This record gives sequence, structure tokens and C-alpha cells, in this order.
Amino acid sequence: MRFRNWLAILAGVLPMSLVVILVFLTVYAWPAIRFNGWGFAFRDMWNLGNLYADSVTSGGVSIQPGAEYGILFLIAGTLLSTLIALMFAIPVGAGAAVFLAEAIPGQLRTWISLFVELLAAIPSVVFGLWGYVVLIPFLGHHVFPFMSSTLDLVPFFGGPPGSGYGLLTAGIVLAMMVVPLITATLRDALVSQPVALKEATIALGATRFEAIRYILLPRTRGVLIGATFLALGRALGETMAVLMVSGNALNYLPQNIYSPISTMAAFIVSQLDSALQDPSGLAVKSLAEIALVLCVISVAVNAAARLMLAAWGRRLSTVEGA
Amino acid sequence: MASASSTALGRNGRRVPIKMRWTRRISTMLGWTSCGLALLTLSGLMVWILEMVFVRGFSALTPTVLTTVTQGRGGGLLNAIEGTAVLSLGALLLAVPFGMASGIYVAEYHFSHWASVIGFLADVLVGVPSIVMGYFGYVTMVEWLGWNFSVAAGAIVLAIICLPYICRTTELALKQVPGEIREAAYALGASDRRVILRICLPAALPGILTGILLALAISVGETAPLLYTAGWSSFMWDGHLTHSPIGYLTYAIWTFINEPFASANALAYAAALLVTGFVLLINVVARFTLKRTNI
Repeated sequence: MRFRNWLAILAGVLPMSLVVILVFLTVYAWPAIRFNGWGFAFRDMWNLGNLYADSVTSGGVSIQPGAEYGILFLIAGTLLSTLIALMFAIPVGAGAAVFLAEAIPGQLRTWISLFVELLAAIPSVVFGLWGYVVLIPFLGHHVFPFMSSTLDLVPFFGGPPGSGYGLLTAGIVLAMMVVPLITATLRDALVSQPVALKEATIALGATRFEAIRYILLPRTRGVLIGATFLALGRALGETMAVLMVSGNALNYLPQNIYSPISTMAAFIVSQLDSALQDPSGLAVKSLAEIALVLCVISVAVNAAARLMLAAWGRRLSTVEGA
Repeated sequence: MASASSTALGRNGRRVPIKMRWTRRISTMLGWTSCGLALLTLSGLMVWILEMVFVRGFSALTPTVLTTVTQGRGGGLLNAIEGTAVLSLGALLLAVPFGMASGIYVAEYHFSHWASVIGFLADVLVGVPSIVMGYFGYVTMVEWLGWNFSVAAGAIVLAIICLPYICRTTELALKQVPGEIREAAYALGASDRRVILRICLPAALPGILTGILLALAISVGETAPLLYTAGWSSFMWDGHLTHSPIGYLTYAIWTFINEPFASANALAYAAALLVTGFVLLINVVARFTLKRTNI
């Protein structure tokens, strides 16, 4: 056979593995998908049922009596923690990118960028460790009680400040994990902008910051959105750090931003042991359904991000004639 | 900042200071300050994390940690160090041939439909959360194939995670090789195989090796995909690929920090130091290699 065909077959392992993952998870989770129906996403109830009773058959699926699976609290936890993370990460990431690209000269920029972007290389379990050992005592003892008493009348910021585990802590840790993505991508885009644009704007009487604010940043908006989607994809699927700082709530919708939560990814890890106690096996299959939902969402978000960044790259190369 | 004191050419030919509205001055100053503060926040957090990892890690890192296996609430991490090495190298062994093949195909046959499919799906595969990979490994290999918690299951899942990274870095490295070299080789009558294996690959090797190193860093730092595929073992690896669990460093961080014993916590800090130190070292080296080879 020709060399190229061999190569094509070897290369096919990569797309194959993605297909195999999706197919296996779907096939495995199929009984759970049938039993849970659409209500899976809207019920706020994860209940394995009576584990000591005999399995009963309902709609062709073997279940424990009283079993009911709904992951509204996980969807809420995942979306809210990701939202908080992005609310921190976008301004901080964009600000740092602007300062790195425009205010710090050559060699120093290389070093500081390297230092800050190494944050992205730190393993997620180490973020979790730091959150658990350093951040939670700090927030739980000093910051949250103060915030809750001063912001008592602001919705979602008042109420019991909790112990430090919860939505806001998870959001902060997630923000730290995704912020380097935004900074690195936007900094590259800013540095690659033509100097003439900035010079022309300054010649018209704008300050350097105004040139950045009104000319460069609007031109790189597409990159910022693409990078935000990349960050979103990473935050949605983040497991260990969230597992260690979120408080692992079960069947509980967050009441304020200090409430314990759980996310889809963290829930899979924290619940597999107890799901294995279910003799009908439906709990493990419902976890597979969560994994499938999470997989589809992250893949969609990530693909959207890549397409946006690619489209921006094409536009830049066509606009820059000079 | 400098433009707050900018000058313009006045009517009489002398330079006069530009009068700026105070709102513009203030918004410019505020803008720079907040951008600077953002960068300061980011570096501060990095310092804070590194401080915890290195200070607590070095005080926990003793020779016993590196030379003995885990025993109950204390002991050492030799089993976990060995396990991390076995799992990561196993993953690389599986991922490198396939990842490089797909990278080569995407770069060298970029005009073909299959190449664009592979390239796009590599990006998509990067986006699959690692816990989903882990659960897939649990469902298929641990349960369905009956391998139980094992080296094979853990290494295969890690390999799938590494695949797209190796594919992308191989592709980028090959794209840096100038097209004229390929044309020259083809003009001399070389076949596809010879052009790719003997001309392009050697030229792109530094970039590809860097990509493989980065993939190694990723697999050393992963936890979630291993929890339900590799399991955990307090003993040294017995050499079996299936049916026997294996320890690894990131598990030690996650579990031992929750134990109420100072000796167990110390193991977690030591493991965090080993993992973080290794991963950061690889990333710094990779950054400089990539800079030199201009990728």
C-alpha cells in the first residue's frame, strides 16, 4: 500500500477516538436517557431510590423503586460558577493583556508574559490544593463574613456567608485557571496589530490609552470573544479544582453566592462510588448521561471558539494590505 | 501616559501644550491604572500559589519521601512517582506514533478533505473535558473489558488526551519547514515517503520534541481521568498491564490533603511540589525551544 494511505489510517486514530467516546457513552447511557427523558435537565433531584428493594422494571428499564434523576442543581452550579469565573477573568485578562502589550517594553514583556501565562500550566489539582489550604480559610474567615454583613441588602450577596466552600470560591479559582488563556490570546492579537493605526490615532490628538481603547480593542473584539469561548469551554469541564473548593452540594440550588454548589464534572467524580451501590446500574448510567451532556456542551463551545478565532485570523490577513 | 504632557505646534511656530479635558486625563489615568492593577493581580496570584507550593513542598520533601512507599497515613511517594512515570511514558508511547502521523498528514496533505477533518477534530478533542475521557475509560476498559483499575486503562485514556496536542505541534513544526525544500526534493525524484521522513521530519524535529514534552507535562498533571481508570495503589507497580491498580502523584495531592494527619498532609505538599516543579520546568524549557525554532 502507498505511504500516504498508511499515514491516513494511522492518522485516523484521532478522529476515531472522538467518535468511539461519543458512541460508547451514548450506548452505555441509553437506558438512563430513556428513563430520565427531557426532565433530566429540569428536575432538581438526584435520588438512587431504595437500594435494598428489588429492582422493578419501568418502561423497559430496570430501576430501584423511587429512583429519580434530575440535574438542575448541577446545571445551575456549572453555569453560575462559569459565569462568575468569566466575570472576573475577562476584565482582568484583557487589562493584563493591554498592559503587557502596550506598557511593558520588549525583553521585560517576554519574561512577565511567561511568568503570568505559566499559571495555565499549573495542574488543576494544585489549584484545588491552593484553594483548599489557602484561599478557603482566607475567604471563609475574613472576606465572606465581611461581604455578607456590608452587602446584606444586595440580592445574592447577603445571607449566611457559609464556610468558604461554594459558588464564589469556585468561580474565583476557575477564573484563575482560565485567565491566562484570555491574556495570552489577546496580547498576541494586540502586538500583531499594525503600528500605523496607533500612530495615526495618536497623531490626531488621542492619548495612547485612547488609541488602545477606541481603535485597537474594538479591532480585536473577535479575538477576545473567541478566547472567552475557549475559557468557557475549559471552565465548564474543569473537575479537580472545583471538586476541592465547591462544597459538593447535592440537590441544592444556590441561595446566594456563598452557597455550596457542585458542577457536572465534579459530580461525576464525587458520586461514582455511591452510584456503584445501585444494583440496577441506572445510577452509573445516569452519570454517563451527565458525562455525555457535558461532552456535547464543551465540544460545541470549543468548536465555536475555534471557528471564531479562525475567521478572525482570515479577516486580519485580508485587511492588512500594507 | 506620556501624552498627558504632549505638545502641538502653535500658530506662532512655538510648541504649546495640548489642553486636554480633565475627563480625558482622568479616564486615561484610570485606564492605565486598572490595566496595571489587573496585571499586578495576576502576577500576585501566581506568586501566592508558587509560594504555597514551594515553601510547604520543600519543608515536606525529605529523602524518605523519595525512597519509600506509602504506608497508611505517612511513608513516602516512591510508588506514586513510579506510577506517574509509568502512566505518562505509557501514554506517550501510545500517543506519539498516532499523534505524529495525524500531524504529518494534516500538514503535508493539507489539501485533502481528510486532513481538514482530522485537524478540526483535533481541536474538538482538546475541548472534551478530561473527566469525560476518564468516565469513558471506566465504562469501556474497567467495566466492559473487565480490566479493573489498571495501568493499561489509565495510560490509554491519557494517550487520547495527549493525541490532539501532539498532532497540532507536529503540524505547526512541519509548516515551518520551507516549501522550497520539499520542491527541491521532489525535483530530485524523491518519493512522498522519502521527502517526509528524511527531509521534513528531521528539520521539524525540535518543534515536534517540544510538543511531545508538553504532552508529557499534561499527562503528569492530570488527575480526573485517572481516578476511575488507574485507581490507586500503595505498593510499587507489579508489572501487570491489567487487573492491578497503580499509584500516581496527583492522586496523593487530592487524597492526602483531606486526611487529618500532618504526615499525610506533608505527602500531599511534597507531591504538589514534585508535580508542579516538573510541569513548570517542562513548560519553561518548551517556551524557549519554541522561541528558538520560531514556532
